[in-house]
Amino acid sequence: MDVSMQVRVNGESREATVPPRLLLVHLLREQFGLTGAHVGCDTSSCGACTVHLDGRAVKSCTILAVQADGAEVTTIEGLAAADGELHPMQQAFWENHGLQCGYCTPGMIMAATDLLARNPHPSEDEVRHALEGNLCRCTGYHNIVKAVLDCAEKTEVPA
Amino acid sequence: MSTTEVPPAAPHVGRSLKRKEDPRLITGRASYVDDLTVPGLLHAAIVRSSEAHARIVSVDTSAALAHPGVVAVFTGEDMADLLSPLPMAWVPPGVEVNNPEHWPLARGEVNHVGDAVAVVLGDDRYAVIDGAEGVVVEYESLPVVTDPEAALAGGPLVHESLATNKVHEWSLGGGDLEAGFAAADVIVERRIVNHRTSGSPIEPRGVIADYRTGSLTLHSSTQVPHFVRLFLALMLGISEERIRVVAPEVGGGFGAKLQIYAEEVIAAWAARKTGRPVKWIETRTEHMAASHHGRDQIAYVRLGAKSDGTLTALHARIIADFGAYLMLLTPVIPSLGAFVMGGVYKIPAVQTDITGVFTNKVSTDAIRGAGRPEATHMVEVCMDQLASELQIDPVELRRRNFIPKEDFPATTAFGIVYDSGDYHAALDKLLDHFDLDGFRAEQTELRQRGIYRGVGFSTYTEICGLAPSRVTGPSGFGLQTGLWESAMVRVTVTGAVIVYTGSSPHGQGHETTMAQVVADRLGVDPQQVEILHGDTGTGPMGLGTYGSRTTAVGTESIARATEKIVDKARRIVAHQLEAAPDDVELIDGRFAVRGSPGKGMTLAEVSGAAHIPDNLPEGMEPGLEATNFYDPENFVFPFGAHACIVEVDADTGKVEVIRYLAVDDCGPAINPMLIDGQIHGGIAHAIGQALYEQIHYNDEGQLTTGTFLDYCLPTAAELPTFETDRTVTPSPVNSLGVKGIGEAGTIAGTPAVLNAVVDALRPLGVTFLNMPLGSMAVWNAIQEASA
Repeated sequence: MDVSMQVRVNGESREATVPPRLLLVHLLREQFGLTGAHVGCDTSSCGACTVHLDGRAVKSCTILAVQADGAEVTTIEGLAAADGELHPMQQAFWENHGLQCGYCTPGMIMAATDLLARNPHPSEDEVRHALEGNLCRCTGYHNIVKAVLDCAEKTEVPA
Repeated sequence: MSTTEVPPAAPHVGRSLKRKEDPRLITGRASYVDDLTVPGLLHAAIVRSSEAHARIVSVDTSAALAHPGVVAVFTGEDMADLLSPLPMAWVPPGVEVNNPEHWPLARGEVNHVGDAVAVVLGDDRYAVIDGAEGVVVEYESLPVVTDPEAALAGGPLVHESLATNKVHEWSLGGGDLEAGFAAADVIVERRIVNHRTSGSPIEPRGVIADYRTGSLTLHSSTQVPHFVRLFLALMLGISEERIRVVAPEVGGGFGAKLQIYAEEVIAAWAARKTGRPVKWIETRTEHMAASHHGRDQIAYVRLGAKSDGTLTALHARIIADFGAYLMLLTPVIPSLGAFVMGGVYKIPAVQTDITGVFTNKVSTDAIRGAGRPEATHMVEVCMDQLASELQIDPVELRRRNFIPKEDFPATTAFGIVYDSGDYHAALDKLLDHFDLDGFRAEQTELRQRGIYRGVGFSTYTEICGLAPSRVTGPSGFGLQTGLWESAMVRVTVTGAVIVYTGSSPHGQGHETTMAQVVADRLGVDPQQVEILHGDTGTGPMGLGTYGSRTTAVGTESIARATEKIVDKARRIVAHQLEAAPDDVELIDGRFAVRGSPGKGMTLAEVSGAAHIPDNLPEGMEPGLEATNFYDPENFVFPFGAHACIVEVDADTGKVEVIRYLAVDDCGPAINPMLIDGQIHGGIAHAIGQALYEQIHYNDEGQLTTGTFLDYCLPTAAELPTFETDRTVTPSPVNSLGVKGIGEAGTIAGTPAVLNAVVDALRPLGVTFLNMPLGSMAVWNAIQEASA
């Protein structure tokens, strides 16, 4: 039987009626039209679906939508400012060529902002280990790591 | 290390401009196939074989059809109206190729785990997965063969009707092989295994087919939309003008999306059958079980040399495991390796003999590098083996055999002409960044403390910029297609520039690099140049993006179309300003009259004049638009020198890449930052194969690496920061002087890693290894060597 739920997504209160087994990523993508979180695997390995749930990075393919009832979700679409100004992490990915095909990028950026929220000035090694749950096939991670370090250096208090 | 850059002469070409693609990608606004929807959509799930080889006795769809939300289920018998099976595009003159029928849904027999048996259609993504679970297929098991050598040596037949597991035999060579080996003082012989891998773009494949209007629109995550349209037309009997194929945002390809896949045909067929749009999105498990794999070659390689290291002959006998069916380019792949079998060396006799084999596994086909990584691995591993036998430093052995700069264009023993190269320069530059003597001293010192470090080199060239059609086409190599590329450049009345390219990028950044080239030639800002791609409904036919061909062929085509615009613009300006066309040139963004810098017109002014034609030269057509089809005269041959430094834990066998240095040469850079990005990703792909990635089937043909939990792509934590630099040797083949770079890192990388591990372990008695170099394999090798 479908379940009613309420969730704040990117600062906006949303209501939904969902099957109990619906994954959060499918609620976001198919009911809310937020297709920035992507699905790249079936085993919680690739991290392309990473969003923030109550301020922490989670893989939205591994959370049931109903588990987000009453929670606050931020997706890649909610990261830039309302006036369109890019988040410093988005800017850093752009400037450092931290993406190629772009498919892993939303998840990678959400994981990276979560890292800087916990550890504003990580070492290269800390960045590499913090991103272990996010796979990229294009960049070899070189410019992703560079972007995260660049963002950390340029940002005083990361969001 | 910092790259040594020469300041660019042009306003945009040569500069590391930020990508035009990125704003939509970093904000989550890009549209990949699964992000698109159409009214009335049906979702599709494929029922796949759990058996590696079996006759299909029956398919019971009743439970699936009874499942809420399921609308229809179709099997191979339902699709009997297809006009032809899935295509294979190679008919080499004079060579017999056994090619069994390969239908989108199996007809009577399955030949590998993951073979498609039925499709379940329904209103809901979850319902069709449930429905697929409910389809009951009764199988009668048949004998299975997964080892290609066993398959050749009388193993169970994959296709009984063919009475053999051999696909074909194909050879390329030149020079006197027998004399070459007779003249050798030393011959190294090795059995070199290049194991099976997955392309694994992070976006799985996906399709949406829509036939509601009586014409077919198909969105597919593909590298080759025009090929897809062609084969849908041929298989479904729909005339080409009524098919539009769109590759929307594509999340990586790596060759895995250079294919005509069953699901593209199934979705299109089902959309026509049901009258409703059909969407199918691949799961990762399906990608592993049903998207084509790469590599899977066993090579018996012999390399002969004089005692001073001078190479005399090279012979590679390759057994290529093609899996169960021949897909679009399956049997072509090892032959691409034969085109660079001599590597960067002057060898008087080179011969490659290929035998293709059927096994009960997924087909192999092009994966990043496609044959060239395998050939390069054979040559570069054998060079280190030879160096060891001759007690010559591996770097010195390479230097003694490089084709010298003055030999270019250089004709190889097997008849391929390398366009340009300066191999010493690349290696010199690499060693500027890496203190080899210092490393050797440190290596010796560390060994005293039980720390095993090694360095491995790889000096390579590769063949790309596919391709001169007269060489690769039906009467030459035998591909049943041309390999030119097309471009249409349109300047609007306000001076905006729209470029339609037949290339179909999926992460390479061509919207940026192509705009840089056009902007400089037309005197506009790259932001004003829109590159449209991946849509058969716009612009001329193209052949897609693969084989590191897009810049050397696709962008060259755009440059040539742009030159036609420039030529027309000069004539318009000359006419309007009363000058000679030859005196009009582009100065600071204006088409100006030489010697009269005040007299000139911007592109917008020229285009305005072309579109409101009250003052054009006599007989000139209005408008400002040009088309080009470009078929290159030759391939292009990027090259370079790579070094990998590893540390091996002798107690656990764990290999860690400590440093990786690469000097690559792809001619003049259009956007250096993007070239580096391609190199980084290519190297990561190679390190992944060398150390972590392996598709494995057990003896029963069951795929044991069906997810990202057991097929291990390298993560950020396994890889070092790469150290890259470039040399610049222009290609004489195209006006841009460019060569491809998308596959170079992958082609060069695996032997550098492997040679480094062997170098590290020599004190422990390990002298030769095959990939993948997982901890267990390395630990076992150490134990065997010390036993």
